[in-house]
Amino acid sequence: MLGTGLLVFREVLEAALIVSIVCAATRGVVGRGRWVGSGIGAGVLGAILVAAFANVIAAAISGIGQELFNASILLAAVLMIAWHAIWMASHGKELSAQMKSVGSAVQAGSRPLSALLIVVAVAVLREGSEVVLFLYGQAASGAGAAALAGGIALGVIGGVAVGFALYFGLLGIPLRYFFSATNWLMLLLAAGLASQAAGFLIQADLLPALGNRIWDTSALLSNASLMGKTMHTLIGYDAQPAGMQILFYAVTATAIALGMKLWGNPAAPRRHAKAAAAN
Amino acid sequence: MRTIIICDVIKSSTLAVLTFVAALAAGGVRAAEVQATLSIRDHKFEPAELTVPAGAKIKLSIENHDATPEEFESHELNREKIVVGNGTITVFIGPLEAGRYPFFGDFHQETAQGVLVAQ
Repeated sequence: MLGTGLLVFREVLEAALIVSIVCAATRGVVGRGRWVGSGIGAGVLGAILVAAFANVIAAAISGIGQELFNASILLAAVLMIAWHAIWMASHGKELSAQMKSVGSAVQAGSRPLSALLIVVAVAVLREGSEVVLFLYGQAASGAGAAALAGGIALGVIGGVAVGFALYFGLLGIPLRYFFSATNWLMLLLAAGLASQAAGFLIQADLLPALGNRIWDTSALLSNASLMGKTMHTLIGYDAQPAGMQILFYAVTATAIALGMKLWGNPAAPRRHAKAAAAN
Repeated sequence: MRTIIICDVIKSSTLAVLTFVAALAAGGVRAAEVQATLSIRDHKFEPAELTVPAGAKIKLSIENHDATPEEFESHELNREKIVVGNGTITVFIGPLEAGRYPFFGDFHQETAQGVLVAQ
């Protein structure tokens, strides 16, 4: 049961960390629970489907289906985060001001919450499909239902608890800086996911590694440790990154930061005018 | 506003696609590959220690002779891939510097441990 619980915990933790950041970024939005909930639901459903067709995916495209699938959904999540981050850059101050003056929830308006639904779904699907395959193997090897259920419960409760801790920790950020802070967190998250996608494409031999191990900080913080795993999920920390991963990371981070600058700031005067007119 | 958002998406997508294509083009030049094979039986790797040449790109096949799925994973090699029951996967590795690179089966870590030795 403990072994099962530990594996489930590690996978749930990774998904929960991403969901927590999304929840923080959508703080105060009316109906965001529905969006996040739908994302989790879609992710769980997708995880079961992916696990059920794991052999089909693995065999597809001369054996690199798994890598292509993982890279594609990761890059889709990257695009969705980019879209949302850039949108937020041009609306974040407005949101903070609204929340401060009304002191309560704001309408989502044209905010791309569907983008975040996809991010949540991708996170849950990726980790969830591993859990489903693992549990299937355990059950097939004759593990008792009670031991499995106990392990799942332990793992899910543990993972979700850490997710909540991160969420409430983030809520401690002063409202003035809150949305720019969560936006930067989303930027790092996207860069990390892009680096993971590059890793899969290297593994499938679709991209050159551009240096297998540009540096090695595993003695400092190993990816095998819980902290290493957490940092890997949150900001894309990799103790031994390939050159191509660093390139993907840097390009993604730069592109989103540029997008936030280009489309974020110039709209500011218009927004203030609009806000003034509304008052 | 909606148009602006759509523009954002198109611009970021275009950038991502361009990066991807450029990277693919760069990947055209390839080093010679060395084949290597690992088996999984009773949640153990055979051989548990596999020697491969250093400095060469390795095409590693992993054959799972168990009925249950396994995940081949290695932090040192920066690789992870699921292999279904009675399935085979291929993972590209290296070129590696001489050294020892541990790997494990994520679903059966108590028994599924091995190491790739590059020399």
